[in-house]
Amino acid sequence: MPHDHYDHHHLSPSGHPYREDNDAPLSYWQTMEIAIREIMIEKGEFTAAEVNAQIEAMDARNPTNGAKVVARAWDEPSFKAALLADGSKATREMGFDIGPMNLVAVENTEDTHNVIVCTLCSCYPRNLLGLPPDWYKTREYRSRTVKEPRKVLAEFGVDLPEATTCRVHDSTADMRYIVLPARPAGTEGWSQEQLAELVTRDSMIGTGLPKVPG
Amino acid sequence: MLEAGAQVRIRDMSPPGHIRTPHYLRGKTGVIERALGPYENPEQRAYCLPAPEKQLYRVRFSMRELWGDEAETPDDTLDAEIYEHWIDTHAA
Repeated sequence: MPHDHYDHHHLSPSGHPYREDNDAPLSYWQTMEIAIREIMIEKGEFTAAEVNAQIEAMDARNPTNGAKVVARAWDEPSFKAALLADGSKATREMGFDIGPMNLVAVENTEDTHNVIVCTLCSCYPRNLLGLPPDWYKTREYRSRTVKEPRKVLAEFGVDLPEATTCRVHDSTADMRYIVLPARPAGTEGWSQEQLAELVTRDSMIGTGLPKVPG
Repeated sequence: MLEAGAQVRIRDMSPPGHIRTPHYLRGKTGVIERALGPYENPEQRAYCLPAPEKQLYRVRFSMRELWGDEAETPDDTLDAEIYEHWIDTHAA
């Protein structure tokens, strides 16, 4: 399930699927977006270069921000307590521009595993993790994770022991969620930089686990 | 204000418009996990209308409550954010 499925009937000679040209007429909202953007540029509210710079800034955000938060929580008990008590405040104090985001961090422990989903749309802590993966927005992930989370996790390669409680978090309103994975064994004495290398994007969504040292 | 641990029932209603209470939670019983504070009601905010603030809560449900006999692991849980006007404290 983590992978997209292509229509295998239309492959190029190189064996790759053709991508359809975007020749379809613009939708109502696409037309509206272009019209508003062009009017704003004409009126001097902002320039096309500024719009592009904003898009580049959004594209540049990536899971290494979240990984730094997790690594610090593993290393500093007082920061971990602050993060679990008020995720927005703790990450803002680390210097991350999280905007109006309200962050809730949920902790994986020996007996609890957390996984994040947004059944209504695609709410995701973009300021800390970057853009969501395509599968996060699919109907399959959204509908199945709330009903059969263990099966979904198994497809991601995470097999939960029966004794572990699985907690699903449906991001239905104003909060955004990040999973604080359990610190891997064998990392005693590691620096935060070393620890951050173990923290994957999926481990912060809950569909993965951190890398193990070695 | 509801306290963590309070038992609640999600109202089973289907008003038109932009709603943030998923259908699969309507009519279900859960427990307040934490109070999140006041947030502008998205049911008005989505239409750029004046949006009064409503208390927002994280409510925890058991998979047993949500899916009955079809639950994958009945004691696993699901948490979701629910606004106060969708929460019934008497019918729990």
